[in-house]
Amino acid sequence: MVGKDCVAIACDLRLGLQALTVSNNFPKVFQYGDNVFLGLTGLATDVSTVSDLFRYKVNMYRLREERAIAPSTFANLVSSSLYERRFGPYFVSPVVAGLDPKTGAPFICGFDSIGCIDFAKDFIVSGTASEQLFGMCESLWEPNLGPEDLFETISQALLSAVDRDALSGWGAHVYVIEKNKVTKRLLKGRQD
Amino acid sequence: MRGATILKASDDKTRQLNKHTLYIQANAQLYSMRNETDLSPTALAHYVRGQLATSLRSRKPYNVNLLLGGVDPITHKPSLFWLDYLAALAPVPYAAHGYAQYYCLSILDKHHHPDMTLVQGIKVLEMCTDELKRRLPIDFKGMIVKAVTKDGIRDIEFNDDKVVKCP
Repeated sequence: MVGKDCVAIACDLRLGLQALTVSNNFPKVFQYGDNVFLGLTGLATDVSTVSDLFRYKVNMYRLREERAIAPSTFANLVSSSLYERRFGPYFVSPVVAGLDPKTGAPFICGFDSIGCIDFAKDFIVSGTASEQLFGMCESLWEPNLGPEDLFETISQALLSAVDRDALSGWGAHVYVIEKNKVTKRLLKGRQD
Repeated sequence: MRGATILKASDDKTRQLNKHTLYIQANAQLYSMRNETDLSPTALAHYVRGQLATSLRSRKPYNVNLLLGGVDPITHKPSLFWLDYLAALAPVPYAAHGYAQYYCLSILDKHHHPDMTLVQGIKVLEMCTDELKRRLPIDFKGMIVKAVTKDGIRDIEFNDDKVVKCP
């Protein structure tokens, strides 16, 4: 979710097999460098595999280029990496959020499982609760939110959405990314 | 079990990963020998997950679900990992696989405490096996119980002769 000179990204913590919850400590948002974040929903094994793969690729990029990766570059890396698996895809729907290291402009985008980029200037949602999230974000989000208001907006949107989805919830992680500052908060949420 | 036929009633399905042989065991052992220290449970869990994830998209994937338990050789912190055949890895306080999940997890939700003693743990385990005997329509052949401690792995005496009847 985009704010004024800041972005926020959040995920729930549930890991389950259909209706059975296996773990309530399975974060789906991963940090790559100072202000590039990747959220992954979908098949749990591919969430781990893809997050590990990009950790490797981003580390290699940083060593080769001797600078941190920009979110827009990372988005194109995600897109091409997913399209490499065009006919045997990773079953994930990634979301990228970050601030441009040069201009400090917020950047967010989403993908389908084969890497088609969906750019947005307000918010991106993904996962089993995406319909609920669309509704909540559409009604709560407004342009130019400050970091604190953005945190409140994204948290309320996420918590309300996952409470209407039987397959999501069980706690949440919320990251607010500002220039030179990243705040990570843990929301307990409903545990039933 | 092979189809409807029981081939062996007492097969120990647990393996100590920093001993014995076979592929993953061999690699864990190789690490221990090279670095003169044992892998931490977290490192080993991620290694096993890597192997399983690679195998998942191969022509003949492994079809195993595992629970990995261990005590960190340096910090002495115990940990448990749940890993299924799709290579989904999760650190958990307690876990089960297969149909047993449906019965055991709810019991463990209620009775597990993060700072339980071994004796209390065995009691809860007994409640779990009692429930399995009560609710699962299988011929129960007993349990193998082992404790992983910082000093090594030891077998635990476990009374599984008790008959539990469904009310």
